[in-house]
Amino acid sequence: MSTGQSRKYKVIGTRPVRHDGVDKVTGRAKYGADVRLTGMLYAAMLRSPHAHARIKRIDTSKAAAVPGVRAVVTSADLPEQGDRIVELGEGAANMPHLSSNILARDKVLYRGHAVAAVAADNIHIAEEAVKLIQVEYEILPPEMDVVKAMRSGASILHDDLRTEFASPSSGDSGPTNVAKQYLFEKGDVAAGFSRSEVVVEREFDTATVHQGYIEPHNATALWNPDGKITVWMSTQGAFSARQQTAEVLRVPVSSVKVVPMEIGGGFGGKIPIYLPPVAAVLSRKSGRPVKLVMQRADVFEATGPTPGSHIRLKMGVSKDGKIQAAEAWMAFEAGAYPGSPVGMACMCVFACYDIPNGRIEGYDVCVNRPRTFAYRAPGSTHVAFAIESVIDEICQKIGIDPAEFRLKNGAREGTRRVDGPTFPRVGMVETVEAIKNSAHYRTPLTGKNRGRGIASGFWFNVGLKSSVTATVNNDGTVSLVEGSTDIGGTRTSIAMQLAETLGIAAEDVNPTVADTDSVGYTDITGGSRVTFATGIAAVEAAKEIQRQLVERAALLWDCDPKAACYVDGGVQGPDGKRIGFKELAEKLHLTGGAVIGNGTSSAAQQGGAFGTHCVDLEVDPDTGKVQILRYTIAQDAGTAIHPSYVEGQMQGGVVQGIGWALNEEYFYDEQGSMRNATFLDYRMPTTYDVPMIDTIIVEVPDPAHPYGVRGVGEVPICPPPAAIANAIRAAVGVRMRELPMSPPRLLAEILKAQTK
Amino acid sequence: MPRVFIPTNLRSLTQGLDQLEVGGSSVRAVIDQLESAHPGIREKLCDAQGNLRPGVSAVVNGSVAALGALQRVAPDAEIHFLPTIGGG
Amino acid sequence: MSRKRVVSATINGDLVEFLCEPRQTLLEVLRNVLELTGAKEGCSNGNCGACTVLMNGRPVVSCLVLAMEAEGAEIRTIEGVACGSHLDEVQQAFLQGAALQCGICTPGFIMQTEALLAENPQPSEDEIRFYLAGNLCRCTGYDKIVRAVQSAAAQRQQASHSTQATR
Repeated sequence: MSTGQSRKYKVIGTRPVRHDGVDKVTGRAKYGADVRLTGMLYAAMLRSPHAHARIKRIDTSKAAAVPGVRAVVTSADLPEQGDRIVELGEGAANMPHLSSNILARDKVLYRGHAVAAVAADNIHIAEEAVKLIQVEYEILPPEMDVVKAMRSGASILHDDLRTEFASPSSGDSGPTNVAKQYLFEKGDVAAGFSRSEVVVEREFDTATVHQGYIEPHNATALWNPDGKITVWMSTQGAFSARQQTAEVLRVPVSSVKVVPMEIGGGFGGKIPIYLPPVAAVLSRKSGRPVKLVMQRADVFEATGPTPGSHIRLKMGVSKDGKIQAAEAWMAFEAGAYPGSPVGMACMCVFACYDIPNGRIEGYDVCVNRPRTFAYRAPGSTHVAFAIESVIDEICQKIGIDPAEFRLKNGAREGTRRVDGPTFPRVGMVETVEAIKNSAHYRTPLTGKNRGRGIASGFWFNVGLKSSVTATVNNDGTVSLVEGSTDIGGTRTSIAMQLAETLGIAAEDVNPTVADTDSVGYTDITGGSRVTFATGIAAVEAAKEIQRQLVERAALLWDCDPKAACYVDGGVQGPDGKRIGFKELAEKLHLTGGAVIGNGTSSAAQQGGAFGTHCVDLEVDPDTGKVQILRYTIAQDAGTAIHPSYVEGQMQGGVVQGIGWALNEEYFYDEQGSMRNATFLDYRMPTTYDVPMIDTIIVEVPDPAHPYGVRGVGEVPICPPPAAIANAIRAAVGVRMRELPMSPPRLLAEILKAQTK
Repeated sequence: MPRVFIPTNLRSLTQGLDQLEVGGSSVRAVIDQLESAHPGIREKLCDAQGNLRPGVSAVVNGSVAALGALQRVAPDAEIHFLPTIGGG
Repeated sequence: MSRKRVVSATINGDLVEFLCEPRQTLLEVLRNVLELTGAKEGCSNGNCGACTVLMNGRPVVSCLVLAMEAEGAEIRTIEGVACGSHLDEVQQAFLQGAALQCGICTPGFIMQTEALLAENPQPSEDEIRFYLAGNLCRCTGYDKIVRAVQSAAAQRQQASHSTQATR
């Protein structure tokens, strides 16, 4: 369902077949692991069996002596980084940390931490040789729990780490695992709570979860004798990967070319790099191209999952159902190196609501788990679980419909966030209204052990930088070269915006994702930014083409270009003259040659995206297993460019959220080894676990985009855990405050409630 | 004059004030003005070259300043300093 | 290391002979020896289904089949689904129904669907979900995949009815 804003457009709002579709249904599309080069070697990595240990000695001589082995590398082959921090567009990288995460230097900080790599004639030789590398470790106690790691006396991961305190006067913490404190305050929290008739304060825990993309990380590198390095890889950001690789290798950024292959899912997990510098150095040492592909266990154990967290949340509400004050305290696992998304979690926790008095405190804490990274709306799912559960409890206490409560307190244009800025036009309450008016919400749910829950969520849309180049072909089509890697159909959503602006068909645009030497700088595909920001760049390129075409038409008509203008797929001139895009394109060679439009955007971030979800489920009280019966998501897409792919983002995010809610978690043993590093044991949702996911696209156009686009990729993952927890409460009367709400945990709570 | 919201963590440098009106036509100029009134604040926001520190964003009238410290600000602008937002 | 042996199999209708080591999987040989990279490697242990191919008409995860087991077998991969440049109903349905996002799981889903529809031309939603439960997709939430399978089944039914009608 759509609220119908987009009918004013010819291309936007339609559902053309995606341009890369045929390649993807015929097996022809080339992903990172499909790269094959002449003389290519295959590499394997040695990874730490320990969660925390000092490396005393590495002996690679036996591995190097194996016939067919062409090169061996350890961290000694990577340049020293010094104390450098590098800006990467979507965030900064601490270079010594980035480098030692790629190949451990003096310490291994998590099981699976890369220690050495071997390149050989085939993968089997490489894997056998890796086993012959001898490493002497001094095993240290691992610190696995985020709250315990904050205590004094905890095992310290980094001897030189000191807390960056929120208050400059807090002084030196001494050695610690707490990397950073965040603090936000608005109004008078104590006064707000004293005005509240109902105050609820609860604590929540969420488990470490993985993005779970099906394609493992990969990189194939060729380091040519002239110093040029080419990397073929799957990445969410070719330019970010180029810069990270160049900085780790300490070579000029222009000596690295990243060729982005098709990417088999990312969700935030393919922004950081793990392999390209290793493959590159192996290539330099062997003189051959080297391919390095992770095993699935490596992906779980050694790439960035999203953190587990501990959250305490308190909210006070007056009798009339208005929020008076709210307070949140949270600690997020950074993993082995600082940098969890806790700062963003702090900015999201109260974003859905108008909160007059608020306080938010967050901590970034190192533990002996892999360095965590973004996973769709980083940090926001954790805090949505907490606040949306507390709100549900408050609604129950004061006897107000949860949709009504959200309408009454929902953020609107002008609402000042606790972290400071005010919202521009946003669609929070519209998504609540859409759910409230949905057939789903209006149909009563009946049956034993069944329950319904709703929850809302917020995520920013980041803007960042994008570039495209569009060339008009003389058959009336346009070749569009873009820097945004395409994970879910963005070639098409960008092409459609160019087509709309030029008044041509989406099929008449041929989009290509280019390597870093062939298109202007473009930030990552992430942050819900591509259809928004790269879309703006495409609109800019189209406008540039319009300007040039007007000049060409004026030349043909021998008139002043100012007397002509581009309207509705062609140029209009004086005396009712008109020439269509195609006809004009045929005359390009006669009128001066190529017409090329460049577009860049560095648009600032906009209002952001909101969603509200409604779920019906049934609990098996004998096993604690939850079956999702019905699911509806309403989300503000601003303007849906390609509704099918907007729905696809919503449905995909929901099902990931269901997995996060019900099953997924990292199981560690006491030694800090992950015990479920396979898809079978990590247990992501399958087709059989979920129903159809009904979507309601709400369209409240974003004023910061020419067509009103909002990013849609991330926010759908935020509400599911809370909506499901609220529905479980409605079904069986127990309130789950720990994720995942897996059968053993839920059964324990059901049994506890029965014995009371 | 632009109104600067002082991040909670820096209010100990502004005697607890959470908002200040400060002259300046760019984010950098505003920070310089802040620094002269409340010494110590610049090094919390900027690196040695005067660019915003990695991980710090200026938010001008609700939008992240794409040009960082170089962003122009209107006399009625509202300025916040917040953690940089990434994404997944 | 064991010596390589010659294996002959029919792959996508062509008789193919290839050399392989006993430890090599069918997936490795398809991808690295025969350059049929449409089958994807997601887990190497049969959990994800991205490497699904048809072996003597049955869907198998080719990462769990040794290449030598393919001796004399009839193998169909994603590369053998389209007839020349003519996509089949399943491919068409995935394309039209936007049933893919990143696309890495798509070849496996299409092969599994081919097997399903050969076995059960009119599957219910539940039967589709059960049959495809060994294929993981992390992008789509499965909604559009299940709908694409339904649509492919309907297309195929219609096509077979109209062929019968014209007879």
